[in-house]
Amino acid sequence: MAYDKFTVLTSTAVPLPTDNVDTDQIIPARFLKATEREGFGDNLFRDWRYDVEGNPKKDFVLNDPTYSGKILVSGRNFGSGSSREHAVWALYDYGFRCVVSSFFADIFKNNCLNIGVLPVTVSPAFADKLLDTITANPAATITVDIPSQKITLDSTGESESFDINQYKKDNMQNGFDDIDYLLNMSEEIDAFAASK
Amino acid sequence: MEKTTLFDKIWDAHVVKSVPAGPDVFFIDKHFIHEVTSPVAFLNLEKRGIGVKNPSRTVATPDHNVPTIDQDKTIKDKLSRMQVERLRENCAKYGIELHDLGSAHHGIVHVIGPELGITQPGMTIVCGDSHTSTHGAFGAIAFGIGTSEVEMVLATQCIMQSKAKKMRITIDGVAGPGVTSKDLILYVIAQISAAGATGYFVEYAGSAIQSLSMEARMTVCNMSIEMGARGGLIAPDETTFEYLKGKQYSPKGEEWDKAVAHWKTLKTDEGAVFDKEYHFDAADIEPMITYGTNPGMGIKVKGNIPTTEGMEGSNKSSYLKSLAYMGFEPGEAIKGKKVDFVFVGSCTNGRIEDIRSVASYVKGHKKADNITAWIVPGSREVEKMAHEEGLVKILEEAGFELRQPGCSACLAMNDDKIPSGKYAVSTSNRNFEGRQGPGARTMLASPLTVAAVAIAGEICDPREVFQN
Repeated sequence: MAYDKFTVLTSTAVPLPTDNVDTDQIIPARFLKATEREGFGDNLFRDWRYDVEGNPKKDFVLNDPTYSGKILVSGRNFGSGSSREHAVWALYDYGFRCVVSSFFADIFKNNCLNIGVLPVTVSPAFADKLLDTITANPAATITVDIPSQKITLDSTGESESFDINQYKKDNMQNGFDDIDYLLNMSEEIDAFAASK
Repeated sequence: MEKTTLFDKIWDAHVVKSVPAGPDVFFIDKHFIHEVTSPVAFLNLEKRGIGVKNPSRTVATPDHNVPTIDQDKTIKDKLSRMQVERLRENCAKYGIELHDLGSAHHGIVHVIGPELGITQPGMTIVCGDSHTSTHGAFGAIAFGIGTSEVEMVLATQCIMQSKAKKMRITIDGVAGPGVTSKDLILYVIAQISAAGATGYFVEYAGSAIQSLSMEARMTVCNMSIEMGARGGLIAPDETTFEYLKGKQYSPKGEEWDKAVAHWKTLKTDEGAVFDKEYHFDAADIEPMITYGTNPGMGIKVKGNIPTTEGMEGSNKSSYLKSLAYMGFEPGEAIKGKKVDFVFVGSCTNGRIEDIRSVASYVKGHKKADNITAWIVPGSREVEKMAHEEGLVKILEEAGFELRQPGCSACLAMNDDKIPSGKYAVSTSNRNFEGRQGPGARTMLASPLTVAAVAIAGEICDPREVFQN
């Protein structure tokens, strides 16, 4: 369904300097049993966030009140594994609108763009820079600008441009999803199916 | 004429329209759904006030969360029951074919699709499950999608997708005894890493691939996603046609001849260019096992866990975090490590050939006392064959517990969970932290290796356990 428009976001960020964060970590399978898209944020990173008794693990970043924000900066190969869109629902529901990494898994990236979470791919060096800065200075903000396709570390002004295709860019800025587009070309799809 | 790959041929034939500076509007021939990733898609259709465009192109089965005992009774877990009931309601409401619990063709979606002949060469196939890549074994473009895309397919029979880059992985030569298709793919993933094929669609080729059975090809394609690929496929050949002939949904009579004639054209042209190519020699491949928390962390069973030499930064810290989770040290041998559970099943290795392989190995032996051994057929059909062929008796005599079909301990959505801290050697596809239950430690291996481990009670080389 349609989501909130996304043009420019300035926010503090949460550092998660771990590589290969798979979608089973983002939301474990046992929490996929809902039949509605509600409340997944409570179980975001469940097994890293809570012990088996349900007590918060102090050393996990989401339990550290020092860090907060709408941007998650992570290690390499974020979102690998299962195609569960619930992983993105959990991030969105928790309050993240943007994930930054030097490398994303394909299906996860698609799922993000389909529900209005922006995946920003940066160079490994810039990812390290962002991680170091926000870890040392939790008040440091990052600005993600879709129209100019630019991500900036505000405290130093260092920035990088990122890729997003024009179609998805328009969608994000307008809060549109793919299904609106597809429903509008129903006749073309019918004609194609008939010709097969 | 331009030389094209198998992937190009199928992809290009399914593009309804290319959006300028955007993805392709991509037509889907077959859509599989299950209880976990479909309910929100149906809910959204209702919110939009639209229906299912072409119900005959979608097939459903509950597999992810279902119990593997007492399937004839009401599902005890309330949330699981609600998901399965919602699937039933949605299928009834929109006229979608459902292979329900207890029915003759119930099973894991990626096992029943091929078994029924629904999966055919040249098709585009999607499902809200990343292991949809399994169906690529038939020379189809098959990949996993998110729930938003499930909704798109239900509503329009299309999704918006950018065409992936093309990779070919060629494995020539002959694998030694005790080396299965699971070892081939675990070896490939260990070579190119768990992210090495991200952005690509993989074609598997070479004599070692061509000599595989359909079941074995499915194991290979199934794990394409574990190196990051959207999917993997293998050109159809006589093995494919032989498998499909006479299946319930396969074309019949003249239609069959026409279909086979078309399927024979589905191959990569000589001289077609891939964005990336890898070549491996099957003779270099030995029985494999994973030691870490992603499927790229695999070594030969006789090998040592890599040291941290040459690693730095988040690479090193992530590696050490992974080994700490597993309770292993860099540099130590994996052989001889004590194991608590073995699991044979899943869309990777829950087919009849896998069960035959385990049964032939454990026949006349008993599992070790420290091992709990679960065997979960991929479908009712597999279960039935296992009974008819006398395999169940052999397995039960060896101390294996046979359960009813489903995804089971592969992702532990039901009660089939490995307890925290325990070690499981599993024929499934993912060794992520907590994948088989919170705190569970998973090592991935072939059915043959799992059989050997069950008997030995510890990590061992299947070539050394039995001499029979």
